Amino acid sequence: MDTLQSAPDLPKTDPRVKLIAAKIKKENYKPDALIEILHTAQNAYGYLPVNVLKYITKALRLPPSRVFSTVTFYHFFSLKSKGDHTCLVCTGTACYVKGAQAILNELENEFHLTAGQVSADNKLGIQVARCIGACGLAPAVVIDDEVQAKMKPENIISTLKAKMQSI
Amino acid sequence: MNRQELTALIASAKEKRQKIKYKIFVCCGTSCMASDSEAVLKALKEVIKEKSLEDTVEASLSGCMGLCNQGPLVKVIPDNTIYQKITCETIKEVVQGHFINKEPLRNLLLFADTRPEPFINSEEDPFFKKQTKIILKDCGNINPEDIEDYMAHDGYAGFGKALFQMSSEEVIAEVKHSRLRGRGGAGYPTGMKWETVYKYVNNQKYVICNGDEGDPGAFMNRSVLEGNPHSVLEGMLIAGYAIGASKGFAYIRGEYRLAIKRMETAIKQAKQKGLLGQNILGSNFSFDIEIRIGAGAFVCGEETALIASIEGRRGNPKSRPPFPAESGLWGKPTLINNVETYSNIHQIILNGGEWFSEIGTAKSAGTKVFALAGKINYSGLIEVPMGTSLREIIFDIGGGIPNNREYKATQTGGPSGGCIPAEHLDVKVDYESLVSLGSIMGSGGLVVMDDQTDMVDVARFFMEFCMDESCGKCVPCRVGTKMMHDLLKKICDNKATQIDLDRLEELAVYVKETSLCGLGGSAPNPLLSTLRHFKKEYDSRIIKED
Repeated sequence: MDTLQSAPDLPKTDPRVKLIAAKIKKENYKPDALIEILHTAQNAYGYLPVNVLKYITKALRLPPSRVFSTVTFYHFFSLKSKGDHTCLVCTGTACYVKGAQAILNELENEFHLTAGQVSADNKLGIQVARCIGACGLAPAVVIDDEVQAKMKPENIISTLKAKMQSI
Repeated sequence: MNRQELTALIASAKEKRQKIKYKIFVCCGTSCMASDSEAVLKALKEVIKEKSLEDTVEASLSGCMGLCNQGPLVKVIPDNTIYQKITCETIKEVVQGHFINKEPLRNLLLFADTRPEPFINSEEDPFFKKQTKIILKDCGNINPEDIEDYMAHDGYAGFGKALFQMSSEEVIAEVKHSRLRGRGGAGYPTGMKWETVYKYVNNQKYVICNGDEGDPGAFMNRSVLEGNPHSVLEGMLIAGYAIGASKGFAYIRGEYRLAIKRMETAIKQAKQKGLLGQNILGSNFSFDIEIRIGAGAFVCGEETALIASIEGRRGNPKSRPPFPAESGLWGKPTLINNVETYSNIHQIILNGGEWFSEIGTAKSAGTKVFALAGKINYSGLIEVPMGTSLREIIFDIGGGIPNNREYKATQTGGPSGGCIPAEHLDVKVDYESLVSLGSIMGSGGLVVMDDQTDMVDVARFFMEFCMDESCGKCVPCRVGTKMMHDLLKKICDNKATQIDLDRLEELAVYVKETSLCGLGGSAPNPLLSTLRHFKKEYDSRIIKED
């Protein structure tokens, strides 16, 4: 991976850059606000591109190691794109005892993707979560931020394909 | 706003609420919303308008009513009638039947499909009858996005009382008297914690609300934050006044989008009413609350890791002492309590510590919210007095095990806890009794398992969780969880020998005793507990050497 050393040039007219710049200003360039700013960046881009991290590093006057170690520590932050569509399978205890693994197996059979992988055309990303807290709906799957309750392994592929086509 | 105005506002909110004959609530918690309850609410509002019932019936959203797999749920107050699995079509029948024909619809009542005689008044149903609600008292009965609805239920009256009628010492004495213990899992006496922070002299102290509910199978804090965020805010306000803090942080798990949104709304409304900010209600007390969103790290539920995360750093725990009470956030005295702990506070102040201490058992006062999940008929959110037996919780309230399967075990305390097998079903659930069985109370997730569940695989599952979530700072946890996981996997694959099993047991003790923080210290618990109660399952997988 590229180092975070050199100062990046981000297009100042990009609304996403403006959003991050505004957030950094609002937080008064405080290093303590690093996680808050990373949340803003991740929401804007869907992941954290390296040049954006360089930009934040410079603005907060932090060592790159500190930013990189923080980004890689938290599950929420991702250094690569999660795909245009995401299918997140909850593997919390309740979903696990109710068959989350069978759903993941179906997905792997169909798309040849395992948890954390994105398809070559960037259309679909498969993720797992450690309990989304919807245990009454187990097994739960979240397709593009929408919770699908009591998902059955035999329905996952058709549900997912329908969702991918509808958007 | 000053004190008189607060009292007047509470009185007028109550009066306004009493004027409406019927309130009809549509559950808009995460679970019911996934079953499209927002559309039901919209359809309900339209149908009320269509039938010109606006003067007698008011529709609104509410927090969790408790039965997450029967959703979307709709509740009529004051009749306490709950209708289940409501759609945009059936909601019309409900309005026509309940309010116009005055004849509740039996086929849509809660448990209409499972009980021969479903109850029109849900309070009479065994699911609710066996419960005692303090924390969830208003959850499902108020609109969580309306501060005045909270006030109509004595909201902020406890804070008013603390601020104007009690000194800091008196508030702490009341909390001590209530015998409330921390609901995050460890069960440390809340009043004592408050007193410790109070005694440290510093011009800046902090109050933190730990809403980083990471245990898989637990959703109590999410439901409280979604269903009654003001009760948590009020608890934090009272805590701030008691210990002399001027700033609070509500740390909420990033996965809980709705909870974050509701808390943001609550903070905004409290600010508008002058309940947060400078010189609150004309007093000398100033307090402000900010939300911090977790970025997905289980270890951040540990208090020192959570503090590091608020400071914008990796969530690595620190060794204690110094405890956060002495040197916490930015080195200042800091009080950290769980969401559920705070939501008890306003009622303790209003009703007195004596009232609270009379509920529950000798060592554990009050009630506990549990999230029922797994192989159980009625999964959802319940609240029972401490000391209720596990059998009552699972069979009387939870309706037992589906498909006539047999009960095998309940996992309490998530990846830090252990399992309770059938022979201990009559255990009275409180902090001490669960520890004596090799488990812990934890934050309140109960995952029920039936006879089809493979206990060695369950132990492996939790060990994988701890291995992934280990922050990597101390060796016993970083290396130990990985080694234990590999050994467990070997047993699951029927490739292990007796030496491996002995090694595993030995490792479990080392990791438990030498890890830096609670994550490593409790990571071996599911393993040790399944070894204790289901040793046979391990033995049957071991390769026998001749």
